[in-house]
Amino acid sequence: MILDGKCPTGPIEQTWDKHRFDLKLVNPANKRKYNVIVVGTGLAGGAAAASLGELGYNVQAFCYQDSPRRAHSIAAQGGINAAKNYPNDGDSIYRLFYDTIKGGDFRAREADVWRLAQVSNNIIDQCVAQGVPFARDYAGYLDNRSFGGAQVSRTFYARGQTGQQLLLGAYSALSRQIKAGTVKMYNRREMLDLVVVDGVARGITVRNLVTGELESYAADAVCLCTGGYVNVFYLSTNAMGCSVTANWKAHKKGALFANPCYTQIHPTCIPQAGDYQSKLTLMSESLRNDGRCWAPKKKGDTRPPNQIPEDERDYYLERKYPSFGNLAPRDIASRAAKEQCDDGRGVGPGGRGVYLDFAASIKRLSEDTIRERYGNLFEMYEKITDENAYKVPMRIYPAPHYSMGGLWVDYNLMSNVPGLFVLGEANFSVHGANRLGASALMQGLADGYFVIPYTIGGYLATVKPGQVKEDHAEFKKSMEDVNRDNNKLLSINGKRTVTDFMRELGGLMWENCGMARTKESLETNLKKIPALREEFWKNVKVTGSGAELNQQLENAGRTADFLEFGELMCRDALHRNESCGGHFRSEYQYDDGEAKRDDVNYCYVGAWEFKGVGAEPELHKEPLQFENVHLAVRSYK
Amino acid sequence: MSDHKTMTLTLIVWRQKNASDPGKFETYTAKNITDHHSFLEMLDCVNEDLILEGREPIVFDHDCREGICGMCSQVINGMAHGGQERTTVCQLHMRKFKDGDTIYIEPWRARAFPIVKDLVVDRTALDTIVQAGAYVSCHTGGVPDGNAIPIAKPVADESMDAAECIGCGACVAGCPNGAAMLFTGAKVSQYALLPQGKPEAAARVRNLVDAMKECGFGNCTNHYECQAACPKGINVKFIARMNREFLKAQFA
Repeated sequence: MILDGKCPTGPIEQTWDKHRFDLKLVNPANKRKYNVIVVGTGLAGGAAAASLGELGYNVQAFCYQDSPRRAHSIAAQGGINAAKNYPNDGDSIYRLFYDTIKGGDFRAREADVWRLAQVSNNIIDQCVAQGVPFARDYAGYLDNRSFGGAQVSRTFYARGQTGQQLLLGAYSALSRQIKAGTVKMYNRREMLDLVVVDGVARGITVRNLVTGELESYAADAVCLCTGGYVNVFYLSTNAMGCSVTANWKAHKKGALFANPCYTQIHPTCIPQAGDYQSKLTLMSESLRNDGRCWAPKKKGDTRPPNQIPEDERDYYLERKYPSFGNLAPRDIASRAAKEQCDDGRGVGPGGRGVYLDFAASIKRLSEDTIRERYGNLFEMYEKITDENAYKVPMRIYPAPHYSMGGLWVDYNLMSNVPGLFVLGEANFSVHGANRLGASALMQGLADGYFVIPYTIGGYLATVKPGQVKEDHAEFKKSMEDVNRDNNKLLSINGKRTVTDFMRELGGLMWENCGMARTKESLETNLKKIPALREEFWKNVKVTGSGAELNQQLENAGRTADFLEFGELMCRDALHRNESCGGHFRSEYQYDDGEAKRDDVNYCYVGAWEFKGVGAEPELHKEPLQFENVHLAVRSYK
Repeated sequence: MSDHKTMTLTLIVWRQKNASDPGKFETYTAKNITDHHSFLEMLDCVNEDLILEGREPIVFDHDCREGICGMCSQVINGMAHGGQERTTVCQLHMRKFKDGDTIYIEPWRARAFPIVKDLVVDRTALDTIVQAGAYVSCHTGGVPDGNAIPIAKPVADESMDAAECIGCGACVAGCPNGAAMLFTGAKVSQYALLPQGKPEAAARVRNLVDAMKECGFGNCTNHYECQAACPKGINVKFIARMNREFLKAQFA
């Protein structure tokens, strides 16, 4: 099947405005008759639930945490992009559009990216109006800094806690709607199934994580705003509860999964310290405004960093990419760090690290200036490593951070299952094969505040409200299925813990489908993952019962889904015989080690259809057309 | 990778099956713990052992494990978040403990935070306070340009100081009165300082204070334990600002 993204045509500058006008509207008095479910309350979900509630829809919002304010968007540190051009340095909507397409290695849809760049400016206005305390200059105007993959300063920030402040803004708007009664909030609920009736999304089955009870919720549309899946690597910068579960359940009910092999490995994270480790911590990309990446020139150099003279250091990003320097995009900076370590020039335990050094900036600007810019990040670094980064360089290493792939959606953010919308990181739409820094916050809020409020109306205007209720047989069946799986997990009583399995799967994914992949490594995984999955269902041990707060059971369910999803990710990586963005197949590279794209054969979105656990999924393609940006070899030299 | 030196610790942990169970302390041993373990990773290791023995693991709230989501919530040796300055439980590392230490671990204890299970409490009361008016009532769209209203840097910075609150509830757990004054004061102040928040300032402070009382939180008697417990270092001056805003609101 050739997929149609339903992108508007004509001059790109007019596409979104024209499309908005063409969309059907729901009469204000009729909006309250429509029920809309929003799963997840991060930037995309929180903004969507609030905005849809404001419009008058009857919204039910769900999150697995104890409060919607805790979604993992909160952990984003550095900032949010917008094409305001406040610094007068040559930015424009077109430039943000171009940078994003190029940053994504020409694997995203032009129309979607244009819209994102266009509404980016509205997001900043909206957040300021909500009382988000962005950083300001001494004249009282909004301040900007630079992020990777751009030569302009377009990143707005709130100290090192931009995600937190934006999420609290969306949470405040959501709280206002909860108070107004337009949104009903369900905390500590995890979505465990999508209910589809006659091919249309009609609701969800959730588990109340406190009582263990399963609950059905019917609606006229379901919005998944459930984030990304890089916890498939076990160790990542994601929160412990982040999982592929909601997306995977929707996939099993017919939604296509697009480009699952596009995962982002963030270049600057704190290296792993031990086998017991539960997660990795990011050090914001903003640090690369003032921090310089280097590794010793000599292999196996174990001298402390301050004893390695200047001429024996390799500032490899500045050397390889002089025009972008330390602000090379993430995929490129990560691979460069890996290259240093693979070459035996890594630092710290196991040689898995490079330095991020602030000495030059401290000398140029003073320690106080650096503290004002990044104080909380240095503090965070010290808490974890017990090292003072004002005195010794940070040690950093790449870590899984974000997933560009996700459920396939059309221009309206609707999946191929009518009534199922997917927003934010959970969809695949705008970042192509690599996301630029400070663009995740932008996409989440764009989808939630400024896209879905229009496009969902276009769908709802074509359907009669309330056609299916919770007493429908499909809801009952869905609940029975979830119940059966949970009971099975509880009854196995094997010899290995859930974490033990997840750690093994994560190891396989990182080793064989991580920063670099080969045909051989992927084929290894396609043998090992099904075997591990089989063992899981025979040998996992989950204590307690299903009728209570049971974190083991929650994790077991998420791990079971990762064990199925990991296989699809490897399959996608194996089929894509090219390197692009975060997907680096070692067989496909130029002599200088840069990614070698194959635009003749792979300039498409690869969207997979589920055919059963262990069965080969079917690939559907959506060809990508570039009419406004010239397809070119991406260069940051 | 890990240090060869390891620690063995005795944990005395509050176990409570559900809200109606009276609960009690139980003793566990944590073995092979290194300097690099975070506190929660230490508990993970204990839980792995418990699971393999067929016993129920210790249930605790956690998510981001980098000190920003505000989910983790444990009283360690009598202090919310363990007593290390500006640190959440998840950022606490075992290098702060010694081999042979005994560690007491309890949930937040406050009337407004009923215990759900073991170390997990119900903090929806904090959401209720926010829903009472900790927002600017602007609709999506139809707002002026972000630079239309300049805000003096010191004002924006102070608002940000208040906005850093992660909503963990340590201030309530640390307060002898179980008050949420620091949490509420930070919300009131963040918005009262900004021009965007001023039009609703009087109604906001009244509504938030009412919600605070209705949720069963206590009052402030100037112990400053909230500030000491706060992992983000929110200053008690925001309580003073709330009191001032509250007084002003009586005449608004």
